[in-house]
Amino acid sequence: MSEEFKVEIVNPEKSFLVKDDVSEVVVPAFEGEMGILKDHISIISFLKPGIIKILSKSGDENYYVEDGIVEFKNNNLSILTSTIFNLADMDKSKQQDLLKEAEEEANKTDLNDQSKYLADQKVEVLKTLN
Amino acid sequence: MASLDDLKKRIASVKSTQKITKAMKMVAAAKLRRAQESAEKGRPYSEKMNNVILNLSNGISDKENAPKLLSGTGQEKTHLCVVMTSDRGLCGGFNSNIIKKAKSYFAKILDEGKELKIITVGSKGNDQLKRVYGDKIIENISFKESKNANYFDADKVGKMVIEKFEAGEFDVCTIFYNQFKNVITQIPQAQQIIPLNNEGEESSSEESYEFEPDEDEILSNLLPKNISTQIFKAMLENSASEQGSRMSAMDNATRNAGEMVDKLTIEYNRSRQAAITKELIEIISGAESL
Repeated sequence: MSEEFKVEIVNPEKSFLVKDDVSEVVVPAFEGEMGILKDHISIISFLKPGIIKILSKSGDENYYVEDGIVEFKNNNLSILTSTIFNLADMDKSKQQDLLKEAEEEANKTDLNDQSKYLADQKVEVLKTLN
Repeated sequence: MASLDDLKKRIASVKSTQKITKAMKMVAAAKLRRAQESAEKGRPYSEKMNNVILNLSNGISDKENAPKLLSGTGQEKTHLCVVMTSDRGLCGGFNSNIIKKAKSYFAKILDEGKELKIITVGSKGNDQLKRVYGDKIIENISFKESKNANYFDADKVGKMVIEKFEAGEFDVCTIFYNQFKNVITQIPQAQQIIPLNNEGEESSSEESYEFEPDEDEILSNLLPKNISTQIFKAMLENSASEQGSRMSAMDNATRNAGEMVDKLTIEYNRSRQAAITKELIEIISGAESL
């Protein structure tokens, strides 16, 4: 019956979210957005700033992440991330704070290409949330 | 022998000390529970991280060109030691145990003629080390303002370590912290984080992964994160250990204070009795001589 699999999001402080009735997860992988369905091949990839979409029977959820690693194995999706926010809980002021922080970082001059790219990404994603 | 008044004062002072140690014990117990919880909650992350890295390093094809954080610089000349201690005292042997462990390691390194660099995290470790190894300490970090161990602080330490590694300032990095076993037992640990020591650990699965982008790139992205994660884990273990150690130290102190109050009270009563007897004898012999 099931086209469902399990997803687990952990951040350093705790296990952030565990859900086992997920039908699809879209993650902002480093080389582009990636949709993961059941029986996907085992994969390890890492994330850039963006939105994780979790589609499940009990409702869809959206999370904003700044970085992280995804591992998919045996229909278990693990997402390790240090910064994650549920979009449903995120209000305007929180978002503005993050945006301001990201913009400051993007405007630093001593960044290498990769961190510059990541910071720009952050700004872009946060702006689209408006 | 001390006068009655002096004894009375001493009893009062020991009693008020006991009150303080008792309160500290209660506070430590409450904090311990929280610290223990967060140490447990933090475990899945570091375990998963470890797993992923194991899978990755097994899958890596070109061992020669593996990232330096994984394979090392190829030499072991300069050692960096990150000594993690608490910012507050009155926690029994907590800090001294770490320092003792670290010092014996330092002695070994120096005996072998290698260079030593120290980063202290937490002010107590710095206080104890700067007398002997003052010239070796290159950095001292303290998180007095942060109430609980948080990842943000760990990341700061991690980034600093990596920065120094990339600048070629050291070859091997070891962190010292107390592992929390239970309230009365904390085990001082020395854990090597650069190069990563995976020997003896087998990957949980033989399954091959698909990597996107390739292994090398993921690894070089992941390894710095792993450093921060390991440091964070050490910080969590440390804060649980600190509270546990403080709790048992304060428990002992409270008990000792209780014993002391008992002893002093007996002494007080005895001298009071003696004074009364003395007065009586004086009165009686005074009356007799009349």
